Amino acid sequence: MKIGIPRAMYYYYFKDLFINLFNELNIDIIVSPETTREILELGEKYASDEMCLAMKVFIGHVAYLEGKCDYVLIPRVENYGLSSQTCTNFLAIYDIINNLFNMRIINYNINLRKKETELKGLIKELKKLGLSKKEIKDAYTIAKVKESKIKKNNVLNNLRNLRSEKSKILIVGHPYNINDKLIGGDVLKILKKLNVEIIYSDLFYTKDEYLNYSKGLYFKDSKDNISSISKCYNKINGIIFISSFPCGTDSLIFELVMRKLNKPYLNLVIDDQESSVGIETRIESFIDIISSMIR
Amino acid sequence: MEKVIAFPLMGNYFLPCNYLFSKLCNAKILVPPKITSKTVELGGKYSPEFICTPFKYTLGTYIECLENNANILIQMGGGCRYGYYFELQEKILKDLGYNFKYYNLVSKGNTDLKLIYKILKEINPKLNIIKALYFSFITIKMVNYMDDIDDYIRLNAPYQKNVGLLENINKEMLEEFRNVKSFYKLRKSYRKCKRKIKNIELKDKNKKIKIGIIGELYTLMEPFANNNIEKILKDSGVSVKRFTNVTYLLFEKGKKSKKYLKNLKNIKYKMGADAMDNIYYTKYLIDHNYDGIIHMKSSFCTPEIGNMGIISKMCEEKNMPVMFLTMDLNTSNVGFETRIEAFLDMIEMRKKNE
Repeated sequence: MKIGIPRAMYYYYFKDLFINLFNELNIDIIVSPETTREILELGEKYASDEMCLAMKVFIGHVAYLEGKCDYVLIPRVENYGLSSQTCTNFLAIYDIINNLFNMRIINYNINLRKKETELKGLIKELKKLGLSKKEIKDAYTIAKVKESKIKKNNVLNNLRNLRSEKSKILIVGHPYNINDKLIGGDVLKILKKLNVEIIYSDLFYTKDEYLNYSKGLYFKDSKDNISSISKCYNKINGIIFISSFPCGTDSLIFELVMRKLNKPYLNLVIDDQESSVGIETRIESFIDIISSMIR
Repeated sequence: MEKVIAFPLMGNYFLPCNYLFSKLCNAKILVPPKITSKTVELGGKYSPEFICTPFKYTLGTYIECLENNANILIQMGGGCRYGYYFELQEKILKDLGYNFKYYNLVSKGNTDLKLIYKILKEINPKLNIIKALYFSFITIKMVNYMDDIDDYIRLNAPYQKNVGLLENINKEMLEEFRNVKSFYKLRKSYRKCKRKIKNIELKDKNKKIKIGIIGELYTLMEPFANNNIEKILKDSGVSVKRFTNVTYLLFEKGKKSKKYLKNLKNIKYKMGADAMDNIYYTKYLIDHNYDGIIHMKSSFCTPEIGNMGIISKMCEEKNMPVMFLTMDLNTSNVGFETRIEAFLDMIEMRKKNE
């Protein structure tokens, strides 16, 4: 038995958990490779034209896995408690895939308002594969500990980078946009070439810091993104916002934050264009401005 | 300083809103100027790029209201990112240099009656809670009655023998609603109107085309945003079924959407905003032998983009004509009318061939 995990969207939130969990349970998994142009084209074949780039990439990854695994893992995240909902794409993701492809799907729902937790959902779904409740619970606990260790390491690294001598740029965006090779990959590559220290917005422990910028925000992912700005505001030299075209939540929240910011920033909206030359020019001139300001 | 309240327009619903706020708040209500292409241009100019169209419409209306000396703005919305409009709109308008107070009646995507009462108390400190409840009740009933009559007219207007009779009766009723003082009077004028409407002779129903329109709520309910599609369809003699109205969104959605979800075999979850409801409507229209479906949404409406693929798949399986329309800041409706006409011609040809 093989479980397929598409490397897009929620994968970047749950990857360490999934990999460790299925490792503990001795279940084979196949994670689709880094996004390439072929995968995006596959996704565009199935997706509606107007979907956001991240969603097209996700559908492409699922299409890649078709026929390569017995099950595909697609959790659905509804909310993390009161006024912490997710983007509507996350709400619809299961039904969209289920209607597009003829695949067996392992799916559970996270809805903390109705006390539907991750563990409960996993137990219910994995039981169908012939595993006992105790096995799953133990494996989940171990995986959760390992996940938090990895996160802690990453956060520490991120904080260490804040002390660096180079000019520090905070990258704000959803992890599935920043870390995807096709969406945020080019930006990261260009920044590394320009020899600046990159600080990631998803590698912070955040709480309620978003309240500095927005009082009525009720999207969980955006809360985390915005909180990271207040966390390191005094130590960074500039901010780069990355969003995929046309992201629903980012279009509102980034605009609001940009209007309140008092630091140099650059807003990059990535669409499915072939070349990254335009982006390169914009980033280079942005870094030039920042380094001239430091001097 | 005199308080002047303003809120965005959506179809006919200005009337009940106006009624409620004029009774509860000791303030002047500004009648917003009708949405024109100038409003839309103003809104579009100051909005972010990838925002859905209702943001631009409401922002444009607010700017025009503020130019006319409004100083209290009211927004109500929730579900998808509609609930988050207010914060950015407030910032944009403040940056433009206007001075005003801005209230959102829906907090963080959830309706909270306590909060609404608090806001009303802030606008009018002398507010009496019993009076407030009584007039809210009348307003709710007013919306229900209006939606009821509207639904009937939409379905039956093409069948009436003398064109315009139904619409005139509706206009009379709305005129009476404007000045009702008690629930008793409201119900009386509604029943009178209903009786008159039922007495109007209708032609043979079988010959005409029946169409269902589904999609995103603001685009469906605001005639300027959908290029007056209901009027175009009515003039071409098409009977229209529309499910989305304020009665449904505010009072019935919670209960009904659970029932809808149970009836759908291909859907497991509510897909956010009205996405799942629209899939159910598609099923309903197919099961009840309608002749076609028009799906409308504003550009960049994420929940509706998600359900489009599923709806088109369902229609393909059952051989149901469906047209998807994406509305943005429309300035000319010539091309739009041609598309609708072509769609109707196609349905008529199919009907003849059967």
